[in-house]
Amino acid sequence: MEKRGMNERIQKLRQESVETQPCLDMERAKIETETYKRYEGELSIPELRAQVLYDYFAQKTLHIGEGELIVGEKGKAPLNALTFPELCCHTLDDMHMMNDRELIRFQVNDEDFEYQKNVIIPYWEKRSIRHKIVSSMTDEWRCCYENGLFTEFMEQRGPGHTAGADKFYYKGFAEIKAEIEDTIENLDFLHDIQASDKRDELRAMAKACDAIMLLGARYALLAEEMADAEEDKKRKCELLQIAENCRVVPAHKPKTYWQAIQTYWFVHLSVTSELNPWDAYSPGRLDQHLYPFYEKDVGAERLDDEKALELLECLWIKFNNQPAPPKVGITLKESATYTDFANINTGGIKPDGSNGVNEVSYLILDCMDEMKLLQPSSNVQISRKTPDRFLKRACEISRKGWGQPAFYNTEAIIQELLNAGKSLEDARKGGSSGCVETGAWGSECYILTGYLNIPKILELTLNDGLDPVSGKQIGPKLGNATDFKSYEELWDAFEKQMTYIIDIKIAGNNVIEKIYEKYMPVPFLSTIVYDCISKGKDYNGGGARYNTKYIQGTGIGTVTDSLAAIRYNVYDKNKFSMEELMQALKDNFNGHEQTWNLVKNHTPKYGNDDDYADAIMSQVFGAYANLVVGRPNMLGGTYQIDMLPTTCHVYFGEVMGASANGRLAHVPISEGISPEKGADVHGPTAVVNSCAKMDHLRTGGTLLNQKFTPGVVAGEAGLTQMGNLVRTYFNMDGHHIQFNVVDRRILLEAQKHPEDYKDLIVRVAGYSDHFRNLSRALQDEIINRTEQSFS
Amino acid sequence: MKETCLITDIQRYCIHDGDGIRTTIFFKGCPLHCQWCHNPESQCFLPQLLDNQGKCTGCEACEITCPSRAISLRDKKAYTNRDMCSGCGSCEEFCFQSLREISGRAYTVKQLFDEACKDEMFYQESGGGVTLSGGEVMAADIEFVLKLLKKLNRFGIDCMIDTCGLTAWDNFERILPFVHTFLYDIKVMDEQLHVKYTGVSNEKILTNLEKLSMAGARIYIRIPVVKEVNGSDDAMQDIISFIRERRIQAEKICLLPYHNTGSAKYARLGIAYQGELFHKPDTEELEHWKALFQQAGYPQVQIGG
Repeated sequence: MEKRGMNERIQKLRQESVETQPCLDMERAKIETETYKRYEGELSIPELRAQVLYDYFAQKTLHIGEGELIVGEKGKAPLNALTFPELCCHTLDDMHMMNDRELIRFQVNDEDFEYQKNVIIPYWEKRSIRHKIVSSMTDEWRCCYENGLFTEFMEQRGPGHTAGADKFYYKGFAEIKAEIEDTIENLDFLHDIQASDKRDELRAMAKACDAIMLLGARYALLAEEMADAEEDKKRKCELLQIAENCRVVPAHKPKTYWQAIQTYWFVHLSVTSELNPWDAYSPGRLDQHLYPFYEKDVGAERLDDEKALELLECLWIKFNNQPAPPKVGITLKESATYTDFANINTGGIKPDGSNGVNEVSYLILDCMDEMKLLQPSSNVQISRKTPDRFLKRACEISRKGWGQPAFYNTEAIIQELLNAGKSLEDARKGGSSGCVETGAWGSECYILTGYLNIPKILELTLNDGLDPVSGKQIGPKLGNATDFKSYEELWDAFEKQMTYIIDIKIAGNNVIEKIYEKYMPVPFLSTIVYDCISKGKDYNGGGARYNTKYIQGTGIGTVTDSLAAIRYNVYDKNKFSMEELMQALKDNFNGHEQTWNLVKNHTPKYGNDDDYADAIMSQVFGAYANLVVGRPNMLGGTYQIDMLPTTCHVYFGEVMGASANGRLAHVPISEGISPEKGADVHGPTAVVNSCAKMDHLRTGGTLLNQKFTPGVVAGEAGLTQMGNLVRTYFNMDGHHIQFNVVDRRILLEAQKHPEDYKDLIVRVAGYSDHFRNLSRALQDEIINRTEQSFS
Repeated sequence: MKETCLITDIQRYCIHDGDGIRTTIFFKGCPLHCQWCHNPESQCFLPQLLDNQGKCTGCEACEITCPSRAISLRDKKAYTNRDMCSGCGSCEEFCFQSLREISGRAYTVKQLFDEACKDEMFYQESGGGVTLSGGEVMAADIEFVLKLLKKLNRFGIDCMIDTCGLTAWDNFERILPFVHTFLYDIKVMDEQLHVKYTGVSNEKILTNLEKLSMAGARIYIRIPVVKEVNGSDDAMQDIISFIRERRIQAEKICLLPYHNTGSAKYARLGIAYQGELFHKPDTEELEHWKALFQQAGYPQVQIGG
């Protein structure tokens, strides 16, 4: 393993973070179970949830590592992953699998197995949200879910996807608590029928403020004790400063740059210990949040760029110390990674609309370049106002090949947010979190609810609603492929099948939302999201200023090329009959080489700037958007769409037979809005032009992967034109683009000899991962993504 | 004027030739036959088949579809009699493995213009445009080329011409107002060597260059550097002396080191590759020659591209 980090301290901390085997940490589950046994029925549910966080922070094992400047671990030590039995009560089999699996492994010790068996399972099995969800879903929903038409985000993890606002940099939690108590004082029990619910929720929020303040106070004490025992003078000094920091934050607003980072980190720990929300509460616009503190400290000569960078590097290690909560089943398949998607957006613009790039932005780029860590997901927002030198510096890092930073289009994000009803100021404070999902940070609860397998809907359409893989009748009976006499008839059936599946998904979501609202409020998260306090409502119950639900469409490349293959060869050119095609699909193209050749090599395909195929893409996208965007959700907001896959395109491919575009059975479908692998043959500008024909502004995020050989981005021209490619895509309203810059040869070698390529990181979807941590199918998929090697 | 011209390839996102992000249109046919040529399919003025006999499985599909009966099976592999092959491309679609490919498709001016406009947004951002190359664009129907250049100009798309320089001076004179920059090749000054390696004398090429420069054209001089042909201080000095003495106004000099990536195409065209004898010059040598040009008063020297 290579040593990285600006000095010995960082190098040691980074090495520990990268080399430690993640393990399960049951401490939280134990404390939570005791709290529930003691208080369930006595406290209201919101207060009970706050009590769990309070008890955990009161009793948890603390950890200050050697040399650390930013303190606090979610578990007992770095790389300890908490469990959340109230959401997903793991079976012993689950735990064995986590311990035994080769990829995304979590070590589980004997004691944990015993405790899970004797205490956790008997108490939580039937109380868990996962159990409640599965037992309240309809047969139709279950059938779609089990056969890979869609996934469900909330069966093992809490609703999250939110990113930090600037509130806690300007208000300590003592003040926030006072604000909450004030709101309780002013509740109108005479007229407001929800007043008592609000009181319960607000009391819970106040308790949650106590919880985080207690955590800070305990760390202050620990740092002081350690300082007393420390013989090294320099370290003693640092520990005393840490103690001082923890006495100021999070109870009070930070006074320095160092304290600002520390207070963010306490907030991060609290959000992600309260529940295990998706995407791990990113700090969001970290450069803008930290800049006022940086400016003040530099002015007072308390801070220089070296020290500022060192503290950032300490924070980066903290992120990397927290693997995503252990997942199992379909949730593991759709998101098979340790990465927890805390997606930092650097650059962009300020709330007043001016250029947002500042010195901290450049320090963050230096930090990601130096650290080369999977977490946090470090990305840039590029606006028309972003200076070229910032874009160039970002390209310089990106072309090193490991996928960070990815590039987000500020103007597109803002327009998307405005279209979804946000105010201009809130939109400008927003960004893309998780993979690419747009949100008004600090004031929006925007929940990804699951992936939709669009190519599989076409598979159902061609088979009279029957799933040829499972043999189950999933969709309505609308006729077989051979019954459709024109492309229009086929399209009509496809649209009806899509409507049917989406309705099932949304009906299920409606039930799940209510389950979370009722049983799993998140009072801590609610303290820092506008307007939960003023409304007296929980984040999971509609308290946020904006409430959005997303469904993520997957496989637009595969479904477009499949429809194009049918339209072109069967209806337009009579190259072969529908009977022949259906037989070829059934036989996985074995013995149908000519048909395969025609659909694979002689049919218009998405990704080549070819209007024949691209018009079909727009048609599919339009139909999907029309069916989802703007529908009401249970929290008073609306549905929106995203076009992204994480690792779900691999799973969705597994559950499918061959597709009409020549994709063989069970291989991954296309990812994000990228063309099908190998389909795009006219270079990156053609890909970008095709992708730009999608109406990105109707989405809440799209994901485009580009793979380059190193030669294409080499030299000054390579770098400059990479920047111009990004700018041009963004001029055309593209939402996001990311690059893998690596030789196919190297990936093949790494597959053969993973031990020699331990450091090899590649871009997967909206995140980067170690190549060795990917499943074979995903490795193959990345190797086969079209490599643009024009020069 | 011909309605169409044969094009071997339209390559987008070309970033190492000319300025910005460019789309390069390769015209088919070239009056020179450089032995190191890495695009041999662009030399002949007619459509040509590229096949890949080694990988052929002998399925016979191409044989059955060939209207000229140019294909027969030998040792279970498709053999094409190139004298009989008309380059019609019927076999292309029927080769299951995509081993057969026709080089040279007819495009109208409008079709080429439409292709060129596709990346307009990229040209705008990067200061790029269209490069007409080949083969040899100046050897194509000049009326066609002129019409294309005029149309691109009318609609504000930057045009560059990548040329070996061998054409009647009159042709250059006619297109000059519509060309932003000429990428002009100089191979080697010694006329006998020029004849030996390219098949033609360089006399006219050099005169045309001089005239272009006098006419005020913006010129990048491009020198393919092959160790055995012009990879010496003497050969480089000869070029420097020429451009200085004739007062050639060169915006930029590009030294393009030889590479053999085109060698496989020779076999696919059924012609012998003569380039085995050639080698890429050493990096230090290239740097040294770059310095020679700079000392001679040409500050913009680029290696590669």
